Amino acid sequence: MRIFDPHIHMTSRTTDDYEAMHEAGVRAVVEPAFWLGQPRTSPATFLDYFDSLLGWEPFRAAQYGIAHHCAIALNPKEANDPNCTPVLDHLPRYLLKDRVVAVGEIGYDSMTPAEDLALEHQLQLAADHGLPALVHTPHRDKLAGLRRTVEVVRASELPPERVLLDHLNETTVKEAKDSGAWLGFSVYPDTKMDEERMVAVIKAFGTEKVLVNSAADWGRSDPLKTRRVADALLAAGFGEDDVDLVLWRNPVAFYGLSGRLDLDSLTTGATHEGNSILRGGE
Amino acid sequence: MIHHRPPTPADPAARPGHPAHTAPAALRGSLTARLDDPARAWLDRALDEAADHPGTHGPISVWELRLAEAGRRCGTEHADAVRVLILHAARADTAALDRVYRQGTADERRAVLHALPHLVPGPDALHLVEDALRTNDTRLVAAALGPYGARHLGPHDWRHAVLKCLFTGVPVDEITDLARRAHGDTELARMLGAFADERTAAGRPVPGDLYRVLALTAPPHADGTGIDGKET
Repeated sequence: MRIFDPHIHMTSRTTDDYEAMHEAGVRAVVEPAFWLGQPRTSPATFLDYFDSLLGWEPFRAAQYGIAHHCAIALNPKEANDPNCTPVLDHLPRYLLKDRVVAVGEIGYDSMTPAEDLALEHQLQLAADHGLPALVHTPHRDKLAGLRRTVEVVRASELPPERVLLDHLNETTVKEAKDSGAWLGFSVYPDTKMDEERMVAVIKAFGTEKVLVNSAADWGRSDPLKTRRVADALLAAGFGEDDVDLVLWRNPVAFYGLSGRLDLDSLTTGATHEGNSILRGGE
Repeated sequence: MIHHRPPTPADPAARPGHPAHTAPAALRGSLTARLDDPARAWLDRALDEAADHPGTHGPISVWELRLAEAGRRCGTEHADAVRVLILHAARADTAALDRVYRQGTADERRAVLHALPHLVPGPDALHLVEDALRTNDTRLVAAALGPYGARHLGPHDWRHAVLKCLFTGVPVDEITDLARRAHGDTELARMLGAFADERTAAGRPVPGDLYRVLALTAPPHADGTGIDGKET
């Protein structure tokens, strides 16, 4: 079984996770830029973070046979902080890079005017750079947030077919599907979605344009949830081809819209020289 | 399970087409033969643009844009060579190389390191080699020990870099001029011996490459029949 986790924050995870993910079948990930838990105080710390997503983290992933790509953006929460918003001026040079396969994650947190501006601006950046966008939908007032997100996407230059609406659930999936966007579901230990609810949603709405992610980060989360959903789908009677569609071909198709997805190293075995994550002194 | 890659057996200097060891004209020739038609056309245009418009123009010069997209245009396996050729065509000076490195992905940084011997005659860009040696990215550590690092790194930093290769599993064949620089280096020999002792005391294996380097540190024979008869 091959698995592509289309939304996971590996910066917050350990090498044990990479090892367990590979064992479970994960061969590719996309890491969107996000809030680190501790508020940032200047654009400079974003730049170090973005550099890590294009430097150290793909190197680390490759040690475990996992292809790492990223999405770059100012996240919804920090779009409200005037200390952080100047990072928007730095995004264009990052959006040119190889292995940047989307603008993300963008979207709404509290649905403020500052978030409106950041979302509109970054949807335009995606359109200008030939990239799709990973759009987070809010945790609070979710359906209203989904509707407003869809309106802003419709008003933008980025077609909905190049947008992945993420963190969907039973209350938002229908309108998201009707919008023409790709449909992302984050499966968590006890919030967002779980495996059985995910199976029920796929039974009701089909596998087309559906992506499942762990969104694992520094909070209570599980980087193996993608595999758990795959197993639950099989147990519920779905075929291996359905599972491969949801957990591999759909994310490949969505991020492939960037023209920058590079999965060749997985087949050639050419990752990186040397062995590693060894620190001097070990 | 860590996915080890087999060590690279060949001396990079003997690898045809290695971007740090091959003169740009020859590099372009060997690369052109391996690219498909669209990639070759893209490369030709990118090199013409860089040659016609070197220097800094606006927020991002066109040749810097081409550097960023080299991997997806020509294939990851050719990206290092393509980027070295673009930097060379743009006649990038130390300030430009510094900016590209600072703003670069790990792959772009590696290409800058490979370009140094072609573009910087003196030690002005040594700080980039030192930066790469501070990382734990073995691709950058290996690239830092190419011809430019071999020429300009001071003895202390060079010895620590050799030891870092042994620690992190970079094959010592990646180190340019290893035999010449190691020859007669009694301080390196001492450090290697201490490292071997430490590993042995811990009941851990000593990297095989360590003994190869240790053998290279043997002092010149009194009769002058050493490798080059020169004291380090």
